[in-house]
Amino acid sequence: MTMRGANRPFCRFGLSFFIILLLPAYLCGQESIAPPSKVVAYDFKYDRGEAVELSWQLSPDDKGNGSISGYEIYRAEDPLDSFISIGFVSAGTSSYRDKSVYKGQSYRYQVATSSDGHLYFSEISAAVVPRMELINWNLLNLFIIGLFLCGSVIFFISHATRGKKLFIRKIAGLEAIDEAIGRATEMGRPILFVPGINDMDDVQTIAGITLLGRVAKVVADYDIRINMPVSRSLVMTTARETIREAYMGAGRPDAYSDDMVNYITDEQFGYVAAVDGIMVRQKPATCFYLGAFFAESLILAETGNSIGAIQIAGTAQPAQLPFFVAACDYTLIGEELFAASAYLSNEPKQLGSLKGQDMGKLLAMIVIILGVLAATVSQMGGGQFFTDIHQFLSNIFTVQN
Amino acid sequence: MDTFGIWVAAFLTLGIISFLYRDNPWYKVCESIFVGISAGYWFVTLFYDNILGLFWRGVTSPDPHYMLLVGAVLGFMMLLRLVPPIGWISRWPLAFVVGATAGLYIINYFSSNVMLQVQSTLAPLFSTKFGQPIFEASLYDTIGNLVIAGGTFTGLVYFFFSKEHKGVFGGAARIGIWTIMITFGASFGYTVMSRMSLLIGRMEFIFGDWLRLIR
Repeated sequence: MTMRGANRPFCRFGLSFFIILLLPAYLCGQESIAPPSKVVAYDFKYDRGEAVELSWQLSPDDKGNGSISGYEIYRAEDPLDSFISIGFVSAGTSSYRDKSVYKGQSYRYQVATSSDGHLYFSEISAAVVPRMELINWNLLNLFIIGLFLCGSVIFFISHATRGKKLFIRKIAGLEAIDEAIGRATEMGRPILFVPGINDMDDVQTIAGITLLGRVAKVVADYDIRINMPVSRSLVMTTARETIREAYMGAGRPDAYSDDMVNYITDEQFGYVAAVDGIMVRQKPATCFYLGAFFAESLILAETGNSIGAIQIAGTAQPAQLPFFVAACDYTLIGEELFAASAYLSNEPKQLGSLKGQDMGKLLAMIVIILGVLAATVSQMGGGQFFTDIHQFLSNIFTVQN
Repeated sequence: MDTFGIWVAAFLTLGIISFLYRDNPWYKVCESIFVGISAGYWFVTLFYDNILGLFWRGVTSPDPHYMLLVGAVLGFMMLLRLVPPIGWISRWPLAFVVGATAGLYIINYFSSNVMLQVQSTLAPLFSTKFGQPIFEASLYDTIGNLVIAGGTFTGLVYFFFSKEHKGVFGGAARIGIWTIMITFGASFGYTVMSRMSLLIGRMEFIFGDWLRLIR
């Protein structure tokens, strides 16, 4: 006891020595890092209330010398709940998009400078509530161009329905359809129609099925067999409806049979194996490949080629078109596939629609000429006027999401 | 079991490859196995993923998604094809799918295939970057920009259906189709190389995993 009491003044001196001399020295040894400032949180515009945009002014110590590792983002639901970390961005970054918010919920944010395992917190941001906007004004330019296109389509459809002639240039592959079907009739062999391997949610499949209507009508007129193996149940149903209508239109509903369209399998190469088998066993005189194709394009086209069939293909898959061009007799390239049904049907609605789309292409061509010229002249020192024209045209065709 | 699986896979691989010689019973067996198993596999997958996984669990969850019933009703309407007197009802879901698809995709297609393409083409002919002095442009950049601008423009001319391809317009269209064909040629080569890698993969399986001739 005595010993302990005798030591007490010495301990008090030691504690005082530490507080007065050593603690400030320790604190001075630890570099003080400034937190980020001006933390602003605002609702991300023109979305469904699913994001908050956060920005801040970098810490004055964020000089790219590695003293700061980054910024830790904290969020609290308002009225103030406890802050939790929701993300981290590297040094030099002064913004963050929080996509884990709920529409209508109020949030506050805090950003902390992270350095050597220590965090230096900013002030808390003002509350922000993510909201849904009904109209995305960022897409106004898209809307106006779409309006121009739709207006052109409506104008030309009304033009065509009033009996005015609309000129459409010849499309070589389509001219060959009747010839190809006629050949099948002469040879007494069936026709094979492959609508690709995508479902009805692909515009290429829809275009292929539209062409099927025309092909089936000629097939019904010539009284030959058509065989259509498909890889999607919805395509099977739609194709059966299309062929049935074509047969009814040709006045031969009794000749229609559901067996003309067969479901094989959804599996890409299982389907291809089966179609190849059908080709070599039935030896169709004409093969149509109209729709969305992938790796199977060359396998099908080469097999068709090996049995001596006339082959007409059409797809908008850029990677598969080369194979069709190489192995088929006629190929509808991209847009030609979509234009084909209008060309073949000669219906005012479809022709008007095609003409309307041509106006869109004309607009694009004019903009390209003007834009490239303006950019080039501006580059050559032509002045601010040309720079403004280029900027204006570029802005019109910029899509912001 | 692994050895048995490798032998089955080798039997099926060689059976499919035998089609290169001609159609034969071995190929027919492999084809039927492939089609049958894949059709069954897809049926089970779609049942568990869509009907059970998405629809049933979605509707019976504590926070039910009743919008899924719309899809279920449309699906049921499709099945009415099996009842001839009211089979016409099956056309409605088809019309819904086709119409909704066209409407939904038009924005994406238009943005990526039209807007972005045109916007990317609006570059000065003699330089890569806007604002870069003309004399700093390399021949490589200049040729690249000319090809992009000229190729896009003449490609559009080719796909313009309202005018006959004659005279200057026909000449531009011809340049357009040549540009497209050269692109196809490059794409052809690229895709053939990727197909070769698939073939190499199969050969590795036959000579490595099966015959153990390569390691």
